[in-house]
Amino acid sequence: MPPLTDDKIKFLTEKAADIRSSIIHMLILAKSGHTAGPLDMADILTYLYFHALKHDPKTPSWPYRDRLVLSNGHICPVLYATLAHAGYFPMETLKTLRTFGSILQGHPHRDFLPTLETSSGPLGSGLSQTVGMALADRMDHGRSSGKQFYCLMSDGELNAGNSWEGAMLAGKEKIQNLTVIVDRNNIQIDGFTEDIMPLNPLTDKWRAWNWHVQEADGHNFRDIDRVIGEARAVFDKPSVIIVHTIAAKGIPEFERKFEWHGKPPGTPQEIETALKALDDIRTMGGKVASPHHN
Amino acid sequence: MLNNSIKLNPKLFDADVEQIPIRKGFGEGLLRAAELDTRVVGLCADLTESTQMHLFKQRFPERFIEIGVAEQNLATVASGMAAMGKIPFISSYAVFSPGRNWEQIRTTIAYNNVPVKIVGSHAGVSVGPDGGSHQALEDMAIMRVIPRMVVISPCDAIAAKKATLAAALTASPTYIRLAREKTPIITTEETPFEIGKAEMFWRSKNSPLKKGLSQGRSEGRGIFPSVGIIATGALLYRAILVAKRLDSEGKYVTVVNLSTIKPLDEEAILKLAREMGAIVTVEEHQIYGGMGSTVAEYLAKHFPVPIEFIGVNDRFGQSGKPDELIEFYGMGEKDIYNAAHRVMLRK
Ligand SMILES: Cc1ncc(C[n+]2csc(CCOP(=O)(O)OP(=O)(O)O)c2C)c(N)n1
Ligand SMILES: [Mg+2]
Repeated sequence: MPPLTDDKIKFLTEKAADIRSSIIHMLILAKSGHTAGPLDMADILTYLYFHALKHDPKTPSWPYRDRLVLSNGHICPVLYATLAHAGYFPMETLKTLRTFGSILQGHPHRDFLPTLETSSGPLGSGLSQTVGMALADRMDHGRSSGKQFYCLMSDGELNAGNSWEGAMLAGKEKIQNLTVIVDRNNIQIDGFTEDIMPLNPLTDKWRAWNWHVQEADGHNFRDIDRVIGEARAVFDKPSVIIVHTIAAKGIPEFERKFEWHGKPPGTPQEIETALKALDDIRTMGGKVASPHHN
Repeated sequence: MLNNSIKLNPKLFDADVEQIPIRKGFGEGLLRAAELDTRVVGLCADLTESTQMHLFKQRFPERFIEIGVAEQNLATVASGMAAMGKIPFISSYAVFSPGRNWEQIRTTIAYNNVPVKIVGSHAGVSVGPDGGSHQALEDMAIMRVIPRMVVISPCDAIAAKKATLAAALTASPTYIRLAREKTPIITTEETPFEIGKAEMFWRSKNSPLKKGLSQGRSEGRGIFPSVGIIATGALLYRAILVAKRLDSEGKYVTVVNLSTIKPLDEEAILKLAREMGAIVTVEEHQIYGGMGSTVAEYLAKHFPVPIEFIGVNDRFGQSGKPDELIEFYGMGEKDIYNAAHRVMLRK
C-alpha cells in the first residue's frame, strides 16, 4: 500500500463526494433502494478501491486480485458507483439501477455483474463465504499468497447466527489475510440496533472468537488508513475493524435516522434537500467550484 | 360468469378496480385474531412494517417479540412459545422464512406438531426492483413437502385476512404466503373462506350440455372446447380475465381459486378434471414443486387429463417492474390464454 499523502487524501475526499452524488442520482432515478448504508460506507469503499485494494478494472478476473465481498448486499449502490468511478463499467450504466435487464440488480447478482465476487442481499452469509475463499486460497498458495480478503458487513446482520459461525471458524483457522469491516451505523430497519438487538459490547464479542479488533472513524481517511495497515500487519489472527459511521452521511437532514435505511429521496422536497447537501460537500458550501461536477 | 353465489367484487372488471397489497390483509387479520384470542403472539425479524405486523405490535406490544435479523431464531423461539401454549405468528420475507429457516421449521415446528403460523411476505417476482434474491419462488414447494404443514396462498387482501383468522383457530403448523404489491380485490367480506376448500369463481354460460352435445367418458372429453383453470394467489385475477375472453369466444371455462395448496381439495380438483377434461394451473411460483405439481400428482393417479402449467420455468427472478416481470416469466394474460388453447388441443 502506498503512503497516504495529503494530496491523496484530497483526491479521496473529492472522489467520495462524487460517489455520494452518483448514489443519490441513481436512487432518485430508480425510485427505490437504500440510502443510509450506501452513503455512510462511501468513504470506506472509496479508500479501498482507490487506495488499498490490489485490483485491475481492465482485468476484473485477474487471479491475484484482493477479494472484496459485500455481505450487506442492500448497500450495493455504493459498490456500483465506486466500481463505475474506478472504471469497471461506464458511468451511464449507473442510471439503470434496479431496472429490467440492468447489470445493476436491486441486490448484487453475479449472473448480471460477473465482477462481483459473490451475489448478496440476504444478510449474514458473506463472512462464511469469505472465510471459504481464504481457506481455499491458503490450501493452494499457502499462508502468504499475497492476497487480502475483505468482507464488508453491516451491524444489523450481526444479529444473524451465520455471521458468528463464520467468525468462530476464522478465529479457529487463524486466517490472517482476512479483514472484516463492520459498518457500525447503529441502525437497522425496525429501529436503532441497541433497541432491536443490542450488539454492545461489540469489540468484546469479536475478541472472544480470537480476532484482532480495531475501531475507526469511518469518515476519516487517516484513521481508516491506520487500521487497514495494522490489520494487514497482524500475524496469526483474522482482523475486524468496527468503523463508526453516520447513517446517511452527507445529507444532514437524513443523518442518523433509521427511516432512511431502505428508501430513496422521493418527494420533491427530499430530492431538493439531498441534491443541495451533496452539492454543498463538493463545493465546500459554495466556496469553491467543484472540478468534479458531472 | 362470475359465481354470484359467493359474492365476488362486483367491480372486478372495472378499469379502476380497487387494489390493496395482500400482506395488508394479514396485518388486519392478525390484529383481529389477537383481539379474539389472548394466546396469539407475534414475532418478527426486523421487518415489522413490511410484513404488516406493526398493527399488532402497536396494539399488543407486550405480546410482540422483536427477534432482529435472525430467522432461524425466529422459528425456533416460536416453537418454544407454542410448546408453552401460545399461538405464535412469525413474519419475514418468504425468502428468509421459510427460506433460510426451513430445517428449523421442519423439526421444531412440524415434527413437534406445534401451532406456529409462518407468514412469508414478498413472494413472487412481483416483488419487483429488489431483484431475484428477494423474490421467493420456491416457498410453497418447500413447505408443502413437510408433513402436517398447511399451505395457504390467498388471492387478495380480504382473503388474507380471513386466512389469518382461520389459521389462528387451528392447531396445525401453517404457512401463509403473501405478496408485496397492490393487487386487485377479487372477493368481498361475504365470500366464503375455508382452509382446505377450493372455490369455483367463474363458470361459462357456454355449457356444452345446453347445446345437447354428448360428452363421452367424461363431460369435458368431447369435442366441445372446455378448460378448467386453477389459480392461486393474485394471478387469479388474470385467470378470470382470460376466462372472460375465452367465454366470449364460445369456450367453456371454469376457474377455481385454490387458496389452500395443502391439504388439497381433491374432490374439487377431480370434479373439475372430469367436467372440463383439460386443466391450466396458474401460480407465481416455480412450476417444479408448486401448486400445479400438487394438482398433477393427484390427477395423474386419479383422473389423468392434459395439464399446462403457468409459473416460473426453473429460473431465478430479477429486477424490474412487477407487471413487466410477470410477463417476462410467462405468467401474463397472454400466456394463460395461450396455455388454455394449447391444452384444449391436447384433449
Ligand atoms: C437474512 C435476511 N433477513 C432479512 C433481510 C431484510 N433486511 C434487509 S436490510 C436489513 C437490516 C438492516 O440493518 P443493517 O444491516 O444494519 O443495514 P443498514 O440500514 O445499517 O444499512 C434487513 C432485516 C435480509 N436482507 N436478509
Ligand atoms: Mg446498520
